Amino acid sequence: MTQLPTHTEKKLGLVIDLDTCVGCHACVVSCKGWNTENYGAPLSDQDPYGADPTGTFLNRVHSYEVQPNQGVAQLIHFPKSCLHCDDAPCVTVCPTGASYKRVEDGIVLVNESDCIGCGLCAWACPYGAREMDSDQGVMKKCTLCVDRIYNENLPEEDRQPACVRTCPSNARHFGDLADSESDVSKLVAERGGIDLMPEQGTKPVNKYLPPRPKDTWDQIDILAPLLDPVAEEPKGFLGWLDKTLEKL
Amino acid sequence: MHPAPSIILFTVLSGLGFGLLFWLGLGFPPVTGFSAFAFFTIAYLLAIGGLISSTFHLGNPQRALKAFTQWQTSWLSREAWLSVFALTFMGLYAIGAVFFATRIAPLGWIGSALALATVYATSMIYGQLKTVPRWNQPTTPALFLMLSLAGGALLAGQVTYALILITLSGVLQGAVWYLGDTRFAKSGTTMETATGLGTIGKVTAFEPPHTGNNYLLKEMVHVVGRKHSQKLRIIAITLMAILPIILLLLPFSHTLGALAALSHLAGVLTSRWLFFAEAEHVIGLYYGKREST
Ligand code: SF4
Ligand code: SF4
Ligand code: SF4
Repeated sequence: MTQLPTHTEKKLGLVIDLDTCVGCHACVVSCKGWNTENYGAPLSDQDPYGADPTGTFLNRVHSYEVQPNQGVAQLIHFPKSCLHCDDAPCVTVCPTGASYKRVEDGIVLVNESDCIGCGLCAWACPYGAREMDSDQGVMKKCTLCVDRIYNENLPEEDRQPACVRTCPSNARHFGDLADSESDVSKLVAERGGIDLMPEQGTKPVNKYLPPRPKDTWDQIDILAPLLDPVAEEPKGFLGWLDKTLEKL
Repeated sequence: MHPAPSIILFTVLSGLGFGLLFWLGLGFPPVTGFSAFAFFTIAYLLAIGGLISSTFHLGNPQRALKAFTQWQTSWLSREAWLSVFALTFMGLYAIGAVFFATRIAPLGWIGSALALATVYATSMIYGQLKTVPRWNQPTTPALFLMLSLAGGALLAGQVTYALILITLSGVLQGAVWYLGDTRFAKSGTTMETATGLGTIGKVTAFEPPHTGNNYLLKEMVHVVGRKHSQKLRIIAITLMAILPIILLLLPFSHTLGALAALSHLAGVLTSRWLFFAEAEHVIGLYYGKREST
């Protein structure tokens, strides 16, 4: 059913820390690995070893350069997967009912056996979180690893999304954002978590933690004079060697 | 947005077909018998041909019937229903006109209203997308409806109405381009809001997530050069409005009428190509790909 639930019991989602993400793309690989072998159609690749490789991914990492008014530019790595929006426009546009949002936990999923591959949901998503698989012709998107988080066959520490479990710098956190006492909600409150494109009115569940303010430069200044180069031009023996070698 | 030929053909042809059905339903021209058969055949071929070509871009067309289920929220689903209703009512009306030489007027009126409603639903598939600011305005349904009415009048041989409607659609098209050019900037969505990094400073894309192409770039990030699109706009408006108006103002002959219709069709196809090609999706911001600003 493509009518959105008025209320979901939980709001399971991710909190992504832009301060600690090192841009290693490990989450991209683990996401592709887990989701190719589990829920729904595999994430296919086209021409993987050829000149023009493409493929389906549910999670991708962009990198941005941000230039403040003063000081040096910052490089920020930016992982992006479905934000499991509360007001998900991708769900309401779907003509078949293949796209839906779960009442119990707020996860947005695609029922692939109903999907006709019209692509309208990908047009409606402002974040580029949905990709059509060109092998199977069905829409793929992040499932919040629904087949891990409730999976009693996995050891308890593995019952979290593959990307969260993999991240070597702990930049991805998983939890219930409807519960203000959950670790993720506390993290969002403490670090001032934000919504992406709030003006699009999608009310994303996933939150992004902005980079922490950088250190200032004046601490370095104390020692800076001592670090000045002693001699610009080599003199004496070294100078002679330099000149002689250059002549050769 | 990627200007997929199947979608361009679908929206233009079915728009024309439903436009022609609109006029036929109202009794312009009041045909019966063999000429009614000819008119309705053309209208159905256009409308249904368009609808069939729209299934060519589906990943799984064998499940297309499922698209009827979500009419409560989805304009695509509403379009599916409305087109079936319109074709059914007009079919019954056509049977009366072709085989029994009687036009059951109320059936025709309902059919005409449904034909227009179908075109409206098609236009709203695009018009409701907040993610494509150029489309997300009332002028999108207005232009689709106007072009459908104008093309329909032309095919129905309603020279006076065609002249008025083609002139109006030409003016509307100009306004749509003018307003559309500033829509993205006015939407307030920027790289800064997309990344949430605007509080630190000016954001530029440093490295894309993948070195190759992908579905998102192919489907939604299509950039046409400004010069290129200006030329195509001039071609579109000339073929769609200026040339047909001149041809219709000349002393009437069937050859000139047919030429006017062909020129109009070519113009609308060009305009529809631009409708897709010039439309920028906000996803482009994540890739730092926006033609302007
Ligand atoms: S991020 Fe995109 S795909 Fe995910 S729920 Fe929001 S609109 Fe839908
Ligand atoms: S591609 Fe599939 S999930 Fe997306 S709108 Fe079309 S039918 Fe629904
Ligand atoms: S939650 Fe699972 S499906 Fe979603 S991005 Fe992470 S690994 Fe991929």
